[in-house]
Amino acid sequence: MELPLIQLVDVHKTFGDNKVLNGTNLSIFEGQVTTIIGKSGGGKSVLLKHIIGLMEPDSGKILFRGHSLSEMQKAEKKTFKRKFSYVFQGTALFDSITVFENIALPLKEKTSFKKAKIAGRVREKMDQLDLQGIDQKYPSQLSGGMKKRVALARALVTDPEIVLFDEPTTGLDPIRKNAVHKMISDYQKQFGFTGVVVSHEIPDIFYISQRVAMLEEGRILFEGSPEEIQQTSNSVVQDFIHGLERGHEKISGIESHYQGEKRIKEEMARLQRYHTAFSLIIYTVENLNEINEKLGPMAGLTVITNLANELQILTPLTDTCYRFGLNKIILLLPNTTKEQAHTLCENLSEQMQGRDIFGLMPHPGVCFFISASYTEGRKDLSYEEMLLQTHSMQNMFYEFKVC
Amino acid sequence: MMTLPVYALGRQTIFLIRELGRIAIFFVRGFLLIFSFPLQISKTIEQIYFIGAKSVLVICLTGAFTGMVLGLQGYYTLVKFGAEGMLGAAVALSLIRELGPVLSAIMIIGRAGSAMAAEIGIMRISEQIDALETMDINPLRFLISPKIAAALICFPLLTALFDVIGIFGGYLTGSMLLGIDPGIYLNRVESSVVMKDIAGGFYKSLVFAVVVVTICCFQGYYTHKRTEGFGAKGVSLSTTSAVVISSVLVLIVDYVMTSFLI
Repeated sequence: MELPLIQLVDVHKTFGDNKVLNGTNLSIFEGQVTTIIGKSGGGKSVLLKHIIGLMEPDSGKILFRGHSLSEMQKAEKKTFKRKFSYVFQGTALFDSITVFENIALPLKEKTSFKKAKIAGRVREKMDQLDLQGIDQKYPSQLSGGMKKRVALARALVTDPEIVLFDEPTTGLDPIRKNAVHKMISDYQKQFGFTGVVVSHEIPDIFYISQRVAMLEEGRILFEGSPEEIQQTSNSVVQDFIHGLERGHEKISGIESHYQGEKRIKEEMARLQRYHTAFSLIIYTVENLNEINEKLGPMAGLTVITNLANELQILTPLTDTCYRFGLNKIILLLPNTTKEQAHTLCENLSEQMQGRDIFGLMPHPGVCFFISASYTEGRKDLSYEEMLLQTHSMQNMFYEFKVC
Repeated sequence: MMTLPVYALGRQTIFLIRELGRIAIFFVRGFLLIFSFPLQISKTIEQIYFIGAKSVLVICLTGAFTGMVLGLQGYYTLVKFGAEGMLGAAVALSLIRELGPVLSAIMIIGRAGSAMAAEIGIMRISEQIDALETMDINPLRFLISPKIAAALICFPLLTALFDVIGIFGGYLTGSMLLGIDPGIYLNRVESSVVMKDIAGGFYKSLVFAVVVVTICCFQGYYTHKRTEGFGAKGVSLSTTSAVVISSVLVLIVDYVMTSFLI
């Protein structure tokens, strides 16, 4: 089994009577983005501070490549610290120096680079984060979103191996938020750093993470891939994810899984009571993983978002799209029989042919495979059975390929 | 029941000794880091400007008025014994030995010490000090060492300025207002002040620099450890403690040093 880069073993931390970490076990693997989710005030930031050594555990161990942090020699600890960067929740920018000086500080203090080289590196990061023209401003003169980006620029200017992000997108508008997610994922791809992100941006953050861990009452309740967390039967995890999705309705322009489930169940109740037909069409981006690998996770998110937007435009107002899993969109068609759904599927496929539904074309060598399957609601099917039925091969309508 | 006050006293004493130990370690570490390479020359110059250059006006004003009032009081006391000619010696010795170092230190506490405690305290509560640690920048070296170096340079210089302006203030009231011969005044200054007096004042100013800068920085640096107030209130309490503790300590240390130097 692969040795984790960082491993928290039975970590306990108490502040007064408040047990913040209560036997936390977590593994962070090299070259992956691990997202930590959990309730506000649940100890996620404390966990991050333990990883970087800003806080020491009351008991338990933090291992870096299998070596305990507390048993490291001073020089070893120094080398270890140099690999890290930390983006603070409250930005922690130095308010008495300018933005430029803030970003340049780690280079100025910890490298022997010449002034011109430092300036070049700082400007490069500022350009990447859309921070032009503010280098002589002070942090107090910036908006919250700008401060976040300055903090990100400061953390990334040293090209660190491990970056800890404490809620990097809180308080940002959706465009900037996506830009920050894109930057994290692009950087991760480019430099292969290990990222640990504390975030509430569900499900957007799942697109850029390889692993997700949920912290609940001081312990890691769930650890696994984004797909696994969406499918887990653990009710606390599901309630938490859905609760956050409710708060972020229409995130990326799509209604949440939770909303979809609610609406489908309403339609099922109508079917039972008034015998009104309804149908479901499930669109699946079959090669999302391949797209993510070739074009980056943000491309996957863009594909799903654009597909949903196109479907919303092309379907009647009463029909609604819901996100389902990372790569599926459910189209709910009230008062629609299977035959009508079939016709609609046909029309949609014709209308979508040739349209730049991905907003990404052309990408030579990358094809998008989208499949559509449909079914009509039946009184004898439960919600889960109906989804399975829709997915089944006999209901597969077509596969759609765009290159 | 009877043992409770003794128990409380013991606990307070242990706390006080432990705190003194922490303060001493804080200073020693900060002081030694002044000499770590690369030397932080530009940061030290910035601090010299802040602690020293920006305090010149307030030192001149207080020095002048202290000297003037010494001239007035000294004259009316000495004239009773027909010894008004000794005014120059009285003013110069009291300034160089006592008032110069003590009053300069207290003025610098008010002007720069409180600012140091507040600045470092705000940096602590807004996680700026944590940010330095995550960048592997030693906060003691980055924030405290330049202040210690600057204080050690500025305190003796400001004290010297205070003394000179004070002696001139005494000259203003004694000679210009009350008619003592300027030659006699200046001659008494010259003949009464010996190198030991100047060295004593110099040592005092150095020790006061250590006391003031250590207490003020320490209070700010550990703002987050205060149990009686957090956030902005914590910073305000730290600033108040910094000013009160360092002022009282300056006076206590002055007494102790005088008793050894005299």
